[in-house]
Amino acid sequence: MGANHDDHHHAPDGHDRALRLGVGGPVGSGKTALVAALCRTLGRSLSLGVVTNDIYTTEDADFLRRAGVLDQERILAVETGCCPHTAIRDDIAANLDAVETLEHRFGPLDLVIVESGGDNLTATFSRGLADRQIFVLDVSGGDKVPRKGGPGVTTADLLVINKTDLASMVGADLGVMARDAAAVRGERPVLFTSIRQDPTAATVATWVANEVWSWPQPHHPAPAA
Amino acid sequence: MRARAAVATVLGPGGRTVVQRLASAPPLTLRQTGPYTVHLVSTAAGPLGGDRLALDVAVAPRTTLELGSVASTLVLPGEGESEMLITARVGTGATLRFTPEPTVLAAGCEHRLLVRLTLEPGANVLWREELVLGRHGETTGRCHARFDAIRDGLPLLRQEFTVGDPALDTSPAVHGSARCVGTTFLTAVAKEPRVADGVAVLPLAGPGTLVSALAADAVGLRSRLEWGERTTINGDDSVAFGGDGPVPGLQ
Amino acid sequence: MHPALLLLTDSRLPAGGHAHSGGTEQAIASGAVHDVPTLAAFLKGRLHTAGAVTAALTAAACAHAASTTTAPITGTPGTPLWGRLDAEVDARTASPAQRHASRTQGRLLLRVARRVWPSPVLDGLAAESPNPHHPIALGTAAHAAGATPEEAAMAAAYHAISGPATAAVRLLGLDPVAVHGLLATLAPDLTAVTAGACRAAVHQDPGWAALPACSAPALDLLAERHATAEVRLFVS
Ligand SMILES: Nc1nc2c(ncn2[C@@H]2O[C@H](COP(=O)(O)OP(=O)(O)OP(=O)(O)O)[C@@H](O)[C@H]2O)c(=O)[nH]1
Ligand SMILES: [Mg+2]
Repeated sequence: MGANHDDHHHAPDGHDRALRLGVGGPVGSGKTALVAALCRTLGRSLSLGVVTNDIYTTEDADFLRRAGVLDQERILAVETGCCPHTAIRDDIAANLDAVETLEHRFGPLDLVIVESGGDNLTATFSRGLADRQIFVLDVSGGDKVPRKGGPGVTTADLLVINKTDLASMVGADLGVMARDAAAVRGERPVLFTSIRQDPTAATVATWVANEVWSWPQPHHPAPAA
Repeated sequence: MRARAAVATVLGPGGRTVVQRLASAPPLTLRQTGPYTVHLVSTAAGPLGGDRLALDVAVAPRTTLELGSVASTLVLPGEGESEMLITARVGTGATLRFTPEPTVLAAGCEHRLLVRLTLEPGANVLWREELVLGRHGETTGRCHARFDAIRDGLPLLRQEFTVGDPALDTSPAVHGSARCVGTTFLTAVAKEPRVADGVAVLPLAGPGTLVSALAADAVGLRSRLEWGERTTINGDDSVAFGGDGPVPGLQ
Repeated sequence: MHPALLLLTDSRLPAGGHAHSGGTEQAIASGAVHDVPTLAAFLKGRLHTAGAVTAALTAAACAHAASTTTAPITGTPGTPLWGRLDAEVDARTASPAQRHASRTQGRLLLRVARRVWPSPVLDGLAAESPNPHHPIALGTAAHAAGATPEEAAMAAAYHAISGPATAAVRLLGLDPVAVHGLLATLAPDLTAVTAGACRAAVHQDPGWAALPACSAPALDLLAERHATAEVRLFVS
């Protein structure tokens, strides 16, 4: 059941609510692993909610619930009718509804993370749904991916290139990836991670904490260390 | 043919149910078969096209009525539409169990089956309706059924069902290949929705439940509906009666 | 036709409709729908049952919205009229899964409509009933957008088949042109359902008791099965 409350998303830049962070990227790149890491690292100092958009099961939500990184009730799953990118870009109604349901139930929240269903390189979040977005690639897709660009790689507020522990195995050159990403992204940041090796995703968590900190809202949380 | 039959109960001495009024009107003939049990006994074929039949049922507060029929009703073609209108009023704390044998829609029939059920607070009802779409090996006739249950002046359940439009009859959205369609409306509240092969237990928005079933034959339909009825009743501790047999606590 | 109808019936209307299959996903899972002809039978049955009911209720909501803007609401004391229409929808929707899907879509549509066509009548509905059934939200939104009850009914009837048709294209990989051809052949049915809905609805405010209540037992079963399915792509 959805929220039984008034409509807050009228103010698209309404800074009276939590920062909404979209996490997108291709299938299997490590989005859920990153969301779990962020919950682990930030969950103690920030009040969080998570919305997942699985392609056809509630697997991501179930994984996060099992991982015990967040109260079960703070994780909601949204069905996307075979179209994960529609649900985060063209018709964001169900995701907004889930975000607001969390805010209504547990608010005020500091951060709501929306994980998109794994999709292709063109999938990005609508600004009506996410205030900031992270695009997660992994090295196993090959070091050519950043060069290919696409809206996810070029416009995301943060590009995360995950599974660096596999780079040597798949013959991916991280230097090439960094250079190509910088070429299409300009000043926008890129972080290399191995969530396998650092389950706290410390560098990404710091970036997110800074975004939350600079998000003007009445109930300022203390920035995470 | 026009006929209007009626049955009414009153509360007798010692809180017993007395069947006070039993007005038969052929072809609707009513027989009392137990202290609070009445059966419809057909005394003519039909209804036939052109017939207008009505049955009025009044169950007084805190009384019980079980209404059945000895045989299935065979609706036959004739001149124009046939109609069966059942109006039932169930008083506070009263119990009505309406479980007639199926209505069989013979090829060529054009039937209307209307039920208006008015419930006072605390009324207990189990109301079963079964439609068989044509006799064996026969295409179905046409039927329009409408059921309206009003409780405390508010609508609790409104359902229409139309049979006999070839374009819709076989639709997998309506009843697919099923030859028998049935529902049981209960004031008992199922704990949760349930679904099994060809049958669903549907808790209504208001205090009540609809069991809805589809089956290839009448026997299968009955067993599916009874499963749904048991599932509903077993989940509701407040109901006054179980599935079969006499009403517990009222003997 | 009012141009707003184009927006209201567009599958790109961002009100969450794209993730509802109206029982199609389960009908496909059960094998009952597997190609264009079986989809045709499914959609036709859906249109003349669930579609007819939702079209009439939508027309009633639109007419009622129009009447509340010309005259103050006068209902039985303590029983607001939106609540009474809501009860009429509830009474016609035996399946809890379908009631849930209807209220979810209604809530999302109401939010979108309040931003797209701001109006006191939509605000009033939201204040009284934040989770309205879809036909109530659609009828009220249609009125706020300037459409008539008949146009609202047409939008509802089309909505009853367009989403399910798209779901079948996605799930079965059907030829989308063949499916659109099928939708085109249903045009006379849409006209008939719309006309029936308006006959029933427009002159009945506020006596909504006699509005159509066509049930579809198979849709009820499919909806409940879907709600408990382990794997599903669509909300309904
Ligand atoms: N080797 C390695 N494996 C990782 C790393 N991060 C995640 N994985 C694994 O990659 C697989 C996919 O990770 P998920 O987090 O489920 O990926 P996802 O992007 O959420 O996938 P979808 O939601 O299905 O699109 C899992 O088996 C993870 O354990 C990493 O840094 N290194
Ligand atoms: Mg994931």
